Amino acid sequence: MPTDGGATMPTPDVSLRDGATAHRVLHLHERVLGKNEQQAALNRKLFHKKGFRVINVLSAPGSGKTALLERTLTDLRGELRGAVIVGDLATDNDAKRLQRSGAPIVQITTGTVCHLESAMIARACEQLDLDAIDLLFIENVGNLVCPASFDLGEGLRVVLASVTEGEDKPLKYPTLFKTADIVLLTKIELADVAGFERATAHRNVREIATRAEILEVSARTGQGLEAWYHLLRGMVHAHA
Amino acid sequence: MHEVGLMAQAVEIALERAEQNGGARVHRLTMRIGPLAGVEIDALRFAFEVVTQDTAADGAELHIEEVPVRCWCAPCEREFQPGDYVFRCPSCQQLSADVRQGHELDLISMEIA
Repeated sequence: MPTDGGATMPTPDVSLRDGATAHRVLHLHERVLGKNEQQAALNRKLFHKKGFRVINVLSAPGSGKTALLERTLTDLRGELRGAVIVGDLATDNDAKRLQRSGAPIVQITTGTVCHLESAMIARACEQLDLDAIDLLFIENVGNLVCPASFDLGEGLRVVLASVTEGEDKPLKYPTLFKTADIVLLTKIELADVAGFERATAHRNVREIATRAEILEVSARTGQGLEAWYHLLRGMVHAHA
Repeated sequence: MHEVGLMAQAVEIALERAEQNGGARVHRLTMRIGPLAGVEIDALRFAFEVVTQDTAADGAELHIEEVPVRCWCAPCEREFQPGDYVFRCPSCQQLSADVRQGHELDLISMEIA
């Protein structure tokens, strides 16, 4: 009989071992991240009720999450009401940069925690006027491993990889790239200088993040941002 | 590296269930982990020893069932087990994003007394 790899042998509910000590088997079948997933579902319900869209923004440290969001919020000011919850291990440097856009910003400092969790987002939301938002960005802690498994209640996941990180980033961090709805190849103005092979990068993203949309952008020169904004507008209007 | 945090959550759940079921000691904990859970099995084992110290699960055995990724190929109408992180159907070579197994990070059972 073929095994499914996950089947367990049936275990008796009570077995006797070590002489008189009765060992009982308890069947659990619980997700370790069950609590996070329950809170994420509550977050999602709240976001839906309030009528705004939520994007979880993920990347390695230094790929340009903050630069992209600062520029996005600034360029779309007056058109879309954006807000950001930003997570870092320490400092509120990113929040200060983002505040220059005029949008409401909440900084979460996680201390030693390498990712954001849904309960942190719920608490951060208490500091925002949720009736005055069209689009909430969650700038996750810069990390391409840990945030992958933590649902925050977002509607969309955007993963950034800058051209200076090389073309094979998705192959090196497949578990996170596989969760992406959109992959942004950032700092694209440096592609030639960095010897970045676009075709190889696109192929690598496609092989790992099969269903993701791929955009090349530069927060510095503005290259490719119109396509990104088009996507954001589409999300907000589809929701309205 | 978040295995310690994850294992702390897992053990917290296990200890809670043990107590609810009148178990004074946890002797064995069985978990199921898929490759897409994003955890290192060795790091989990190390974390288990650390986070169970001085609890009812101190000295318990950790049993981990590793399950492979399984994807669904829509054109072929069949499941397949990819060899790596490129989920390409061995029959038709199409890429699949329909993952049916591999995200597991589950508590399956435990032995208490």
